[in-house]
Amino acid sequence: MNVLQAGALILVGLGGTGVVICRDPLRQAIVSGVFGLLLAILFFVFQAPDVALSEIVIGAVALPVMILLTLAKLREHRDDEPEIEQ
Amino acid sequence: MSHRGRRGLFLVAAAGLAALLVHGLAGLPGVGHFHGRYGLLLAHVAVPERQATDIVNSITYDYRGVDTMGEEFILFASAVGLVIVLRRMRGERQDDDRDRDDASESAVGRPSQTSAALRVLGLALVGPVLVLGIYFASQGQLTPGGGFQGGVILAAALILVYLAGRYRAMTRLRPIPVVELAEGLGAAGYAAIGVGGLIAGARFLLNFIPQGSMGNLLSGGTIALLSAVVGLEVAGAFTLVFAEFMDQRRLTGRRQ
Repeated sequence: MNVLQAGALILVGLGGTGVVICRDPLRQAIVSGVFGLLLAILFFVFQAPDVALSEIVIGAVALPVMILLTLAKLREHRDDEPEIEQ
Repeated sequence: MSHRGRRGLFLVAAAGLAALLVHGLAGLPGVGHFHGRYGLLLAHVAVPERQATDIVNSITYDYRGVDTMGEEFILFASAVGLVIVLRRMRGERQDDDRDRDDASESAVGRPSQTSAALRVLGLALVGPVLVLGIYFASQGQLTPGGGFQGGVILAAALILVYLAGRYRAMTRLRPIPVVELAEGLGAAGYAAIGVGGLIAGARFLLNFIPQGSMGNLLSGGTIALLSAVVGLEVAGAFTLVFAEFMDQRRLTGRRQ
């Protein structure tokens, strides 16, 4: 294992911990996107470019977009709620 | 269970998991010293046999093509399921004021919600992203990539239009019936190519097209073709999924 691979492994470990530590869903969505990119770099330095590409398109594009759009919908529901109680 | 009890249980479980992981990882071969027979065999025979330079895609679209078909239909079923779950419910109505198209807003003289940088960058990237998606979906037999990655990138072009604040332009770009048709054709195309192998030879998903010469765009026989139909299916499925999520932003009025 070379320095690059060790570095990528450590970064993925830190990134994964960061996703768990982050408690605000909005920030968590962004941090998980960065984590997806780190995973893609890990796959790339371990010579798996096909998997790295799949990880980029899912981890850094598709997943954060779905989470962000869901959060936008949920926020709007939360804004609506006081109206029901009144 | 009390807070302390939960923490104790977690620590015991985490220690057990860590011990198992360390034990399992210690038995793995070193990086670059894989000894699986199937992998070594394919690394030697795949390129001369299929004339496709990307062995990973030779495996996904040919040697293990049936697995890919299963995965494709998983995505197909998930997208259809999502469309059903997120359909417009009773009491919900479309609110045209929300997510208003920035182009129509500036026409009436109101400031747009999207920053100029995001609008320009988003729209400028749409073309390159589309080209990149088509490139990936059509070069699967030659370089890393393939239909799945290409398809998601194609669908990402739609997100860029949405981010640029062009909601109405985006709805025109993705006529839902066409998207659904593309998704269905992609899924059906995969099965049809598989049946083609059954007709030409004796095996489902047999690579029945002449393999061409290595390194050309038209090489690898059915690998390129399957990659293209997967690209169509994935682009359709993800466009449908993103469209459903974006349209949810415009639905209001539902009270539980």
